[in-house]
Amino acid sequence: MIPSDRDKIRRSWRPPAVLVLPFAVAFVTLVAWELAVRSSGSDLFPSPWAVGLGITELARKGLLLKYIVASLFRVTWGFSLAVLVGVPFGLFLGWFRPAYQAFNPLIQVLRPISPIAWIPLAILWFGVSDLAPIFLIFLASVFPITVSATAAVQNLQPVYLRAARNFGLSRAQLFRRVILPAALPQILTGVRIALGVAWLVVVAAEMIAVNSGLGYLIIDARNAGKRYDLVVAGMAVIGLIGLALDLVVRRIERFEEVSWGSGTR
Amino acid sequence: MKRNMNLRHEPPRPRGLAIGSLAAALRRPESLAVSVRDLWLTYPGKRQAEPVHVLQQIDLTVERGEFVCIVGPSGCGKTSLLNIIGGFLAPTRGEVKVEGEHVRGPDPRRIFIFQEGGVFPWLNVRDNVAFGLGRRPRSERDATIRHYVEMVGLSGFERSYPRELSGGMRQRVEIARALAANPEIIYMDEPFGALDYITRFKMRSDLIRIWQEERKTVLFVTHDIEEAVQLADRVLVMTRRPATICADVGIDLPRPRDLHSEPYLQARDRIFDAMGMNPHTGVVS
Repeated sequence: MIPSDRDKIRRSWRPPAVLVLPFAVAFVTLVAWELAVRSSGSDLFPSPWAVGLGITELARKGLLLKYIVASLFRVTWGFSLAVLVGVPFGLFLGWFRPAYQAFNPLIQVLRPISPIAWIPLAILWFGVSDLAPIFLIFLASVFPITVSATAAVQNLQPVYLRAARNFGLSRAQLFRRVILPAALPQILTGVRIALGVAWLVVVAAEMIAVNSGLGYLIIDARNAGKRYDLVVAGMAVIGLIGLALDLVVRRIERFEEVSWGSGTR
Repeated sequence: MKRNMNLRHEPPRPRGLAIGSLAAALRRPESLAVSVRDLWLTYPGKRQAEPVHVLQQIDLTVERGEFVCIVGPSGCGKTSLLNIIGGFLAPTRGEVKVEGEHVRGPDPRRIFIFQEGGVFPWLNVRDNVAFGLGRRPRSERDATIRHYVEMVGLSGFERSYPRELSGGMRQRVEIARALAANPEIIYMDEPFGALDYITRFKMRSDLIRIWQEERKTVLFVTHDIEEAVQLADRVLVMTRRPATICADVGIDLPRPRDLHSEPYLQARDRIFDAMGMNPHTGVVS
């Protein structure tokens, strides 16, 4: 017998394990943190409750939204530029072997240089403005994106290209109907990694180069009054937004145009 | 990805008519779908070794509407030969003509079904089958797609993606995609090689049913001799490397072929014999 919708609602709703387990861990962590602070008697390191109050204080002052927007603004710009430059360039390198041989060594030399190491040059070139962190975010994001786009094209199975040529596709059609869709899942993986790095870098960049944003909040809270409750509050907000960004990309990865790349072959 | 110097990249270029031999001219070229003459495929030897002849002096013809199988031991060059005829590989020497024209590269009038499975994983069944259809009014496209999806027995799976399908179903999609493009010739490179023994019988039976409906010219490569006897009008037997065609066995039996019958076994034995295999043990004697 097929249960009706009403039957399903009547049976008590139990939350799925995928939600219960992480919340349980988070709860236990918060409790442990609270107990640790209470037992140590520290008057600087904040308890979870103090951090929560810190967040509401920032929200009341209007600073929370302002700083979040500032950080997101810089990430959006730096990251978007990285995608606009990295994806076509990566596809180009993947498709033309001489181009790959020409540029790859340079990329491999630049990639390991931490974006943090670029901060002095960024300030030298762009001064204390939004451009410095945007440049740093661009630098941090462009390498994972380029590398994954290149790999996506190089790993393209030759049989798909042969089949497409068999159907008489021109170079442009080949690119639009075969190379791009085939490369998309791997490109999106690079995008997800790049976004994570970008969010990391924006915080570091803001600690040095600018006067607003979540990174600045952390440094300023400590310098201007040893407000460690605001320091940890800033950290918590950074973490939560990072999680939200990652979830957004994972949602995009679930679209059919991308999800074909995972699961059974 | 190692670049093979023989791989074709140029689009077809028009050329003057090559002068064929008298024998070829006498063979009523209008009915010939495929004509291969004096074909050689040679790779340079590694490190000062002798050059490796993969194919030597291959001559074959396929008439329009014929179902021809090429059998031979593994590694003898059957796939290379089919790739050359299909325009994906350039021969070292020799003439390959399809429908009277020299082969310069792959052509949508001759669709190749690949051993590795060329179904595009980013498209569902419907979009795969429609891939070679080109510009047509919506209703015509939909009707064509529906017709071929039904023909291969995949009705109801139009929106499924290849990763959700079994190996046999994926091959059916590839066959439907090839047929929907309405080619003159279909080349099949061990299309059922990855499938299990029992599924292969079903696939062969379905292929024959479909082929009898559309009567395309088919050139089918397989290492499975029974498969060749079950499917083909003619079986071309290739030797080991350097490979030539050592036998051309005609099979004039009605389809679907009775696997239990005397004529079937006789046809099979003729091929066993051409390959030096003992008809009772199957072992090369």
